Amino acid sequence: MVTEKDVEHIAGLADIGINTEELGTFTGQFNAILDYFDVLDRVQGDGVITRDLSNVMREDEVSPSLLLEDVLKNAGAHEDGFIKAPRVM
Amino acid sequence: MTENQVIVGLEVHCQLDTKSKLFCGCSTDYRSDGPNTHVCPVCLGLPGSMPVLNKKAIEYAMRVAKAFNCTVIRESEFSRKNYFYPDLDKAYQITQYDKPLAEGGYLEIEADEAREKRVQLTRIHVEEDPGRLVHMGNAERGKYSLVDYNRAGIPLIEIVSEPDMRSPKEARKFLNKLRATLEYLGVFDSEKEGSLRVDANISLSGSERVEIKNITSYKGVEKALTFEVTRQKNLLRRGLKVDRETRHYLEAQGITQSSRSKEQEHDYRYFPEPDLRPIHVQSWVKDIILPELPDARRERFIAQYGCSLNHARTLTGGLRLANFFEKTVTSDPKGLSTLAATWIADTLIGELNYRSMSIDALDPDSITVLVLLLKRDAITDKSGIEVLRVMLDQHLNKQPCEAPQAIVTRLNLAKTAGDTGALEVVIQEVISENPKAVDDYNAGRNGALNFLVGQAMKKTRGRSDPGELNRKIVEKLGNTEV
Amino acid sequence: MAEHRIVFEPEDRYHAFLTVCKNATYGSGTLAGIAVAVKDNISTKGIETTCASKILKGYIPPYDAHVVSLLKQSGAAIAGKTNMDEFGMGTTTENSAFGPTLNPCDPTRVPGGSSGGSAAAVAAGMVQMALGTDTGGSIRCPAAFCGIVGLKPTYGRVSRYGLIAYANSLEQIGPMAKNVADVSRLMQVIAGYDCRDTTSYDHPYTQTPDADITGLKIGIPQEYFGAGVDPKVAAVVKNAIARLEELGATTVPCSIPSMEYALAAYYVICTSEASSNLARFDGVRYGHAADTKKSWHDAFREVRRAGFGTEVRRRIMLGTFALSSGYYGKYYAKAQIARENVKKDVTRILSEVDVIAGPTMPTIAFKLGEKSDPLSMYLSDILTVPANLAGIPAISVPCGMVNQMPVGLQIMGRSFEDERVVDVAYAYEQAVKQ
Repeated sequence: MVTEKDVEHIAGLADIGINTEELGTFTGQFNAILDYFDVLDRVQGDGVITRDLSNVMREDEVSPSLLLEDVLKNAGAHEDGFIKAPRVM
Repeated sequence: MTENQVIVGLEVHCQLDTKSKLFCGCSTDYRSDGPNTHVCPVCLGLPGSMPVLNKKAIEYAMRVAKAFNCTVIRESEFSRKNYFYPDLDKAYQITQYDKPLAEGGYLEIEADEAREKRVQLTRIHVEEDPGRLVHMGNAERGKYSLVDYNRAGIPLIEIVSEPDMRSPKEARKFLNKLRATLEYLGVFDSEKEGSLRVDANISLSGSERVEIKNITSYKGVEKALTFEVTRQKNLLRRGLKVDRETRHYLEAQGITQSSRSKEQEHDYRYFPEPDLRPIHVQSWVKDIILPELPDARRERFIAQYGCSLNHARTLTGGLRLANFFEKTVTSDPKGLSTLAATWIADTLIGELNYRSMSIDALDPDSITVLVLLLKRDAITDKSGIEVLRVMLDQHLNKQPCEAPQAIVTRLNLAKTAGDTGALEVVIQEVISENPKAVDDYNAGRNGALNFLVGQAMKKTRGRSDPGELNRKIVEKLGNTEV
Repeated sequence: MAEHRIVFEPEDRYHAFLTVCKNATYGSGTLAGIAVAVKDNISTKGIETTCASKILKGYIPPYDAHVVSLLKQSGAAIAGKTNMDEFGMGTTTENSAFGPTLNPCDPTRVPGGSSGGSAAAVAAGMVQMALGTDTGGSIRCPAAFCGIVGLKPTYGRVSRYGLIAYANSLEQIGPMAKNVADVSRLMQVIAGYDCRDTTSYDHPYTQTPDADITGLKIGIPQEYFGAGVDPKVAAVVKNAIARLEELGATTVPCSIPSMEYALAAYYVICTSEASSNLARFDGVRYGHAADTKKSWHDAFREVRRAGFGTEVRRRIMLGTFALSSGYYGKYYAKAQIARENVKKDVTRILSEVDVIAGPTMPTIAFKLGEKSDPLSMYLSDILTVPANLAGIPAISVPCGMVNQMPVGLQIMGRSFEDERVVDVAYAYEQAVKQ
């Protein structure tokens, strides 16, 4: 059972931003889904996951990078070749 | 453990010297190029891109694991470490969490009590470097950050030690040994800026542990830890408690500062990277041939070149230095080693450090020639230092570089030992000009002899050998009729 | 080299397309001149790729997905980018940020999802072939709802390089068309190894469908015909299976006990992976631009609140929760065990039979707006998710009508036996043609 506070905490962890109007509905839906997930508690198994492929690697070879203009094309803002971002404290 | 015993553990991140990045083919040689010129959809985190593991990075990391006697685990895997930061292009770092490449192992260092000591390792793993942030602006114009993703995706090896070190000095020795070994293995270039970063954990026994994050210089580690020891001891002395916290080191001021609290506990929500396959590389270990490592090389220098333990330690402390020494003496190891070892270890290194120069700037042959000049007694030690300084300064200032012999000739530094006639004249002058000193000497004061030798050195502008002057003056005064 | 152009100006009454390439170029090859629609979560160089989300509005990839390069090499003309549920999260294409797609069979109903746009484009005859993606049924569901053919390949058979990830360990790009032969043709072009996708296998697909299924053993799982499946739909599918028996196949009843928790396992895994995959949309390098005058966390949160729809935010939160400290063991770890059990069940059954058959969806297409409760929406994926969890190939082929709406017959097979699954669908299709 999660509370609205729990949902707010998760939204904070995920930096997802929920509006206060949404919070009540979200919490209700969340709980219904988590209740459904409870069926997993009954799952039995040794936890050994079958892996077929392993050691998939590539040789240490250089391949061309993107052109600077292509890198900056989709960026919201840029300055002197750097991509601009909101300030971090 | 004694009360207030210092306990230190280190987490060292080194950039592996591969040609391409850990998960894509972008070149790792980004330092002299503009921002964001070494990126592709993978390391830029464009939607739809996928990582592909660089085999060389794993090979390099395994060399390190073998050199430090770690156990490579049977099945190793990459995980996602999820957090949000503008320099993290995918909002997760691909690292290794519960299945690192290797566990255990140890490093041997010269402990404080001058005996060999083992620092145990916890684990070694491989991960990608994030990009680089530059903070811009000010309070008025508005602050923002600029991001360069050239560094994003560079392969890092993370080596975690147990908290086995007992002083900042031991931490420095650990780092030096680690760095030297990685250089010897050919997997790391210590001269590349930012290629090494250290997180240090320090506590005084019985008190909380403090983490100092992201120290980027070797000296900085010892300084930061020394500062912390003092800070923590002071707190305890005043009856206060040491808080468990994260701090960062301010290089310019030489102090550590509490990190402004972001989220106290990060929940990184680790889970296995679904786009990469597990690694089974235990079977590779036996085929890894390790090159000669620092300890073995040190022993060989002692045996083969007759170096003292101290000189051998110093000369094998870095790969470039060790190679340089051997190149210098290769033409006549028996004849040159002792003098070369002394000159390189005791003088050259200091002069290079003073000028922040790399030993690679010099041609070993030029030092060979200099050593030969000294050996043949063609110049005095003092002149030798002068020649060395001229050579280094010419390199530093990008002037045409003269050969040692040319410098000797140009500055007239050749010893006047061969020119007995001129020397006789000088000695005669010194004796006539300093009657009081002569009297003092005859009266039994040996200090006066040194004075006379000094005067003669002045006249010959340091080109004479003081030992020879001493001998000749004594001879002369012995013959002088009082 | 592309030398020719088609003129593509369809009357898009169903809102199948988000971007139309009016003068698409094409070259020579097995698909020369054929207009192929591409779902909008597949990267196309120089063509806007949004995943039907506001957060990627205006994003123009500087590179082609591997399958797009292969399409171009085969001479196909990229006709446009199709509508979908935002980031692939949905079963109806109602979760698109740019408006839903309508079902050409009945425009008051949904076309299914998340590849609803691709299905509608094919069903309405706007294009001959389309690419969709299938994480938990997103190709098969709209194929069933719109009355076309859709194949989810074996996991790893088609490169995911360039597919904007929703759930990496579950999803595949797959072909959609009106008939099995075209699905097979398109599969031949897109299947095969790609060194840029570490999860891809070297298993090219070269096949012309074969209608001979004499001796084929078909497993009929009781869970596919039980409670939760509309009896009318079940009846139509049972008739279709009877047709297969007439063609020489035999049926064997079987059971997949792990179906009990398959859906829960699926939603834990896909939301967990999605919560991580979608964290990169911070408005810095691409997409809905972050406000650089704000502080990092404020700007980041703002971009996501404004750019992601409700369902996407809900799934990100579910996934964040499932991976969070203290809950990882209860949800994510358990879901992986559950997944292993599904694989084991399916492998066991497919060692006794050659294919498994059943309905693709438990109902016919819903009315637009009918399913507003998320959990009840998730439950409609129950019959499609097992194939994604097990990584096996699965195809949906139209097999009849209920209330004038199409019903899909689902055929699942062993890993890397996509060819056999296609053959069975082909056999059925050819048999009912007469």
